[in-house]
Amino acid sequence: MSASQVAQGRLVTPFYARQRELDTLNRWHEWKGYTVADALYCAELEYFAIRNATAVFDLTPMTKYRIQGPDATAYLDRLMTRDMYGLAVGRVAYAVWCNDAGQVLDDGTVFRLGENDYRLCSQERHFDWLCASAAGFDVDVVHETADVAALAVQGPTSFSTLERMGLGAVQTLKPFDLMAIDYAGTSIVVSRTGFTGDLGYEVWLPPMLAEAFWDDLFAAGAPIGIRAIGGDALELARIEAGYLVAGVDFLPADETVRPGRTRSPLELGLEWLVDFGKPQFNGRRALAEEWRTGPRRRLVRLDIEGNKPARDAYIYPRQRGGTDIGFVTSAAWSPMCKRSIALGTVDTRYGKPGDELWVEIYYQQEMRWRRKMSRARVVEGPFWDPPRRRTTPPAPC
Amino acid sequence: MTERFDVVIVGAGHNGLVAAAELARAGKAVVVLEAKSQVGGACMTREFADGFSVSAAAHLVYQLQPHVEKRLNPRPRYAAHGLETVVLGADGRRVRYGRASVAGVDDADREAYPRYVKRMRRFSRLLWRWLNRVPPRLLTGQSADTRQLLRMALELRLLGKSEMREFLRLIGSNVYDDVDEHFSSELLKGGLCLDAVLGTHAGPRSPNSIATALHRLGGAAGTYALPAGGMGKVAGGLLMTARAEGADIRTDSPVRSIRVDNGRVVGVETADGTKIDSYVVLSSVDPKQTVRSLVGERHFETGFLRRIGHLRTSGNAAKLHLALDGLPDSESLTSAELGQRLLIAPGPDAVERAFNPAKYGRCSDAPVMEILIPSIHDETAAPAGQHVLSAVAQYAPYELEGGWDDESKRRFFETCLDTLEAHLPGIRTRILEGELLTPVDLENEFLMSGGHWHHGELALDQFLFTRPVASAAQYRSPLDGLHFCGAGSHPGGGVSGAPGYNAARALLNREAER
Repeated sequence: MSASQVAQGRLVTPFYARQRELDTLNRWHEWKGYTVADALYCAELEYFAIRNATAVFDLTPMTKYRIQGPDATAYLDRLMTRDMYGLAVGRVAYAVWCNDAGQVLDDGTVFRLGENDYRLCSQERHFDWLCASAAGFDVDVVHETADVAALAVQGPTSFSTLERMGLGAVQTLKPFDLMAIDYAGTSIVVSRTGFTGDLGYEVWLPPMLAEAFWDDLFAAGAPIGIRAIGGDALELARIEAGYLVAGVDFLPADETVRPGRTRSPLELGLEWLVDFGKPQFNGRRALAEEWRTGPRRRLVRLDIEGNKPARDAYIYPRQRGGTDIGFVTSAAWSPMCKRSIALGTVDTRYGKPGDELWVEIYYQQEMRWRRKMSRARVVEGPFWDPPRRRTTPPAPC
Repeated sequence: MTERFDVVIVGAGHNGLVAAAELARAGKAVVVLEAKSQVGGACMTREFADGFSVSAAAHLVYQLQPHVEKRLNPRPRYAAHGLETVVLGADGRRVRYGRASVAGVDDADREAYPRYVKRMRRFSRLLWRWLNRVPPRLLTGQSADTRQLLRMALELRLLGKSEMREFLRLIGSNVYDDVDEHFSSELLKGGLCLDAVLGTHAGPRSPNSIATALHRLGGAAGTYALPAGGMGKVAGGLLMTARAEGADIRTDSPVRSIRVDNGRVVGVETADGTKIDSYVVLSSVDPKQTVRSLVGERHFETGFLRRIGHLRTSGNAAKLHLALDGLPDSESLTSAELGQRLLIAPGPDAVERAFNPAKYGRCSDAPVMEILIPSIHDETAAPAGQHVLSAVAQYAPYELEGGWDDESKRRFFETCLDTLEAHLPGIRTRILEGELLTPVDLENEFLMSGGHWHHGELALDQFLFTRPVASAAQYRSPLDGLHFCGAGSHPGGGVSGAPGYNAARALLNREAER
């Protein structure tokens, strides 16, 4: 292939054609090189599919690495801040990994598919870092983003949908469990994971099965309100669930230039993922020092008065303003909670759960920008956390 | 029962021995484990032909730091001191230069030379003041580091405004342009250019070849001394000094691994399986080998590993040893001149051209050389009436295209002999035996990665705060208990003793702080 013939432009996922058929808006964006939908017919309605029925989201562009070899566990244990020896086969772990300075490179999920067989999913690409980390370990790291098609099937009727298509075996899956399951004569992986904070599953399968699986899934789900959704609806759901996104709520440390723009796990409220009982892991020395002196920033979840989304707002300790103590990184009007909610970063001296802070919200009214100081209460835990997220087996619909 | 020491030092090279002596003097129980049966590392003497012995790696003393030498007991005895440099032209012309004067050049060069030397020595003194201290770290925000940096800035400023500017202008600059600004003699310029790039992967037009020139001027400020009995005697003096201070020095004890338990160093294991416990291990082995072979990569953080992996450690200098049945009959060179430090460096362009092929993994067709005939001063080196020639020949890249084998080695050996013959006519007929050590041979014999005598390229990006890498700039690696004390650390190679001395001081100071 000559230089002029090198493939350019965005890639499409194995589910692209099916989504295109359902699409009525033609609103697409780029996600790690792939074309994905913002929304297919209406972001709000798609969001309500997550909360009230079954929503199907194409997460094929999610970065996926396969990590295999006799040292795979030892390798991941050195890479991640949390203990990886405790992750059983058939389980999934949320994990975060840091550079030597204890600053977060990314967060993601680790799927233990077998004794020495793992899949790591993350927002950003890290092949270089993962390969550099493999020195001294008997382990193979393979970038398999394009080799694995993935769908998130989320919502209160998601189990029933899967059951209707013959995958009822997943009813034994507890949150963060995974199982290999037979579909059309091929072994595919289903995990009870997701990015919505609701009952839901993620399905990992060979791209060649993608369209057939999609068709079966939609046929099974049609009577109980299955909907394909785009990124906008998922974004709203994940803010309600209080999940972080790399590049939004923190920047991957290897993508920052200015000092102080990185975040440590302790600053992101992820200290529960840092196991100082481990003798060694990337960032341990720096994090131990930070633990001793205390982190400088704190991640807060804010419940804000009024109905104006506090996007990019500065945060102040007092209503009259003055010097800002932080800023909002994600914000939305939550349809489920009927509140204006936000995630943000503040100086550690402020923002303990229950504290009252003020956010400066700008909004535009017929060309003119208006400013409003709104009271915000720091809350603990996710904004939206229904019991059905955990109930096993899931209730039938 | 497992033996326990306060400090284990891996490698009895000159830096390992200097560190051992300093730590033992401070009351530490120190053991030094050397893989070879002889101490000194690349500072050693050995026989290469029957009755002929040579300093097989380093062959001159010119950087040994006075504060290190002062502690030596016995002090090294020099067969010759204050050697001058004679640059040989193929046409029989030559230029001779020393500490303060130059001969064989025109009046303008003769007048310019003392000024040039004075300036270079002044800058070198400032640089070595920094090189003899534990370097500060950058961006730590700690007051000790900030104070040190401010002190450096002040010392720089005290040069005076114009000299400070000159220093800052020159330090990253190349020697080619600088000598061109001062002199017209090709041979003089060629000699000064070769001085600047000896032992590096750089040509005179490479950036920061002024910095390497200043580094080389360290301590003795450009005077060269030839130890009686070769460099091995200097190592012998270091050995006796360290032993007298109470250090336990064991040869034939190769360390197989540096042991790590629960995230920190707990000792070493030797090749015969003996374990020695210690919470402090100083490695004088180059950092790449220490990290990869002795400790194991999995015990380090990824970022550190990546930086260590990026260290440039490929040597470019070969060592040539010849046993001669007599001195070359040269009409133009007296035996007194033959006893000086001889350079083959026909001009700045010739040195740069010698470097060109090395960039692409090939040997120089017309190598440049630093040549000594130590037997003129030291009768122990060769049987009576016969002589030994020891030369550094550049450039012979470690990563030779197609790799080093007998054939490629023979070819470069012949090239070197042709070059020698052109400058010292008749020498070929005098050769009884010869030996060429390529960087691969140097790597194998002296156990240094890439056969690089600095244990890693000496360049501004691998210098001071960032030598070997920023997070290990103060001799302490990120792994608890593992310290570096060899040439791979600040301030680099050459028989100076400075890395070993500084490493010991850094360790003792940290303990004192605690």
